Amino acid sequence: MTTVVKVEEKLYVNRYLVDAGRPHIKVRPHETPSAALVALTHVCPAGCYTTNDRGQVEVAPDGCMECGTCRVLTADSGEVEWNYPRGGYGVLFKFG
Amino acid sequence: MSEERFDAIVVGAGPSGNAAAYTMAKAGLKVLQLERGEYPGSKNVQGAILYADALEKVIPDFREDAPLERHVIEQRMWMLNESSYVGMHYRSEDFNEEKPNRYTIIRAQFDKWFSRRVREAGATVLCETTVTDLVRDIKGKVIGVRTDRGGGLIHADVVVLAEGVNGLIGNRAGLRPELKPEAVALAVKEMHFLPQEVIEQRFNLKGDEGVVIEVMGTVTDGMTGTAFIYTNKESLSVGIGCMVSDFARNETTPYALLEQFKNHPSVKPLLEGSEVKEYAAHLIPEGGYRHIPEIHGDGWLIVGDAGHFVNAVHREGSNLAMTTGRVAAETVIRLRQLRSDFSKADLALYRKTLDESFVMKDMKKYKDIPNFLHGNAANVFGTYPRLINEAAQRWFRVDGVAKREKERQIIASFRKGRGLRGLIGDAFKLARAWR
Repeated sequence: MTTVVKVEEKLYVNRYLVDAGRPHIKVRPHETPSAALVALTHVCPAGCYTTNDRGQVEVAPDGCMECGTCRVLTADSGEVEWNYPRGGYGVLFKFG
Repeated sequence: MSEERFDAIVVGAGPSGNAAAYTMAKAGLKVLQLERGEYPGSKNVQGAILYADALEKVIPDFREDAPLERHVIEQRMWMLNESSYVGMHYRSEDFNEEKPNRYTIIRAQFDKWFSRRVREAGATVLCETTVTDLVRDIKGKVIGVRTDRGGGLIHADVVVLAEGVNGLIGNRAGLRPELKPEAVALAVKEMHFLPQEVIEQRFNLKGDEGVVIEVMGTVTDGMTGTAFIYTNKESLSVGIGCMVSDFARNETTPYALLEQFKNHPSVKPLLEGSEVKEYAAHLIPEGGYRHIPEIHGDGWLIVGDAGHFVNAVHREGSNLAMTTGRVAAETVIRLRQLRSDFSKADLALYRKTLDESFVMKDMKKYKDIPNFLHGNAANVFGTYPRLINEAAQRWFRVDGVAKREKERQIIASFRKGRGLRGLIGDAFKLARAWR
């Protein structure tokens, strides 16, 4: 597949109430990420996960749609700490 | 708040939680429903098709004021390859009936309406409140919850967990195991807005008539999954979903897959000129019967997606959610009359009632389908759609080749594409899984 899609453009139309300074998803400090954690850089439907230049995976969950895919994929490795945002915060679906 | 005591607490305000809260409140129980979203529906995602039967059994007159988009008069099932589709369409005037059987809905609006009905029935609904813990007594019986609002423990005789597919509360309390990547699908969806008359022209509709298109084939890149297009009044819900385990193995992103689907030559003209107003993602528990966790225990019940109640073959989920929610509520009402202490033994009535209903019968019927697909995705979603589309083209193209020769070529293409043993094996395995 060759389609290049900018996920930012998709997320742009969504509504969010970001809980500034309190990210609901954190990647635990690691040296080498597991295959599951690396997979999140393409599986996350909001493109929240990226690999830094040291090969570690980072998350910026501002565009997160709270689907839970990263939680399920890393449940065994425990590399992702996943909580729901505080009540009222996070994505606000207009249509759902 | 901390001193208050409820007959029942319902965690979550989706279809299962609303059906449960409504049914119990209507029967006079003191019900507290907790929802983490700003409003009920703000965290909820579905295609979405509403099956009237399940809702009618909760709110018989729902058609009077529920926000319904279109009633479904036509079902299209498409099998795609890269350039074409082979379709099976069923359209009937009989679906233009006084009480239609299926509707398209927009969940944020529908859930708000349902929640208003829950409040009117007498339940207390608290939004923007995330439940953080289940609280148990020394014997392990669930006696209430704690929330991120502080204020300590909120007591209840029974807690109904309607917390959806990411059932954090149930998981953390050890009531159910964590979901497996091969038992859950990730779906992404866009809302495409178009003028009402454009939708009606493109889909051959009038008034509130609607069409749903379910799609399988090469568009999921050999992964187990399906795509869909549903007609709403002034929008189209367009989405695609595949198993999370397949996505992890594949290199593609969910949004690239969605773009690929939208750009298919059979799909693109339907979306032409639309304005996208939302992009959503959601998990669907599609592991089937074998992945249903324990759904009752001392002081608790699990309903809806949290209990893995999805019939992936028939695209049914919200109806199972509403049915399990209603049955859970009816169980609580009945046990209360019997002055039960809501022990696990007493709450087993919930499981027993579901076992005897279509819910568990259907879940059991398809218990082997996930395994069949899991080992065979490349063939079911790639090889066969390709072969069938190629066969159709060979058959319909008039090119001076004798019909008997065409038949021979088609049969040969199947034998070459999947092998005789593969063909027979697949047919046998599918028949066995389907029974």
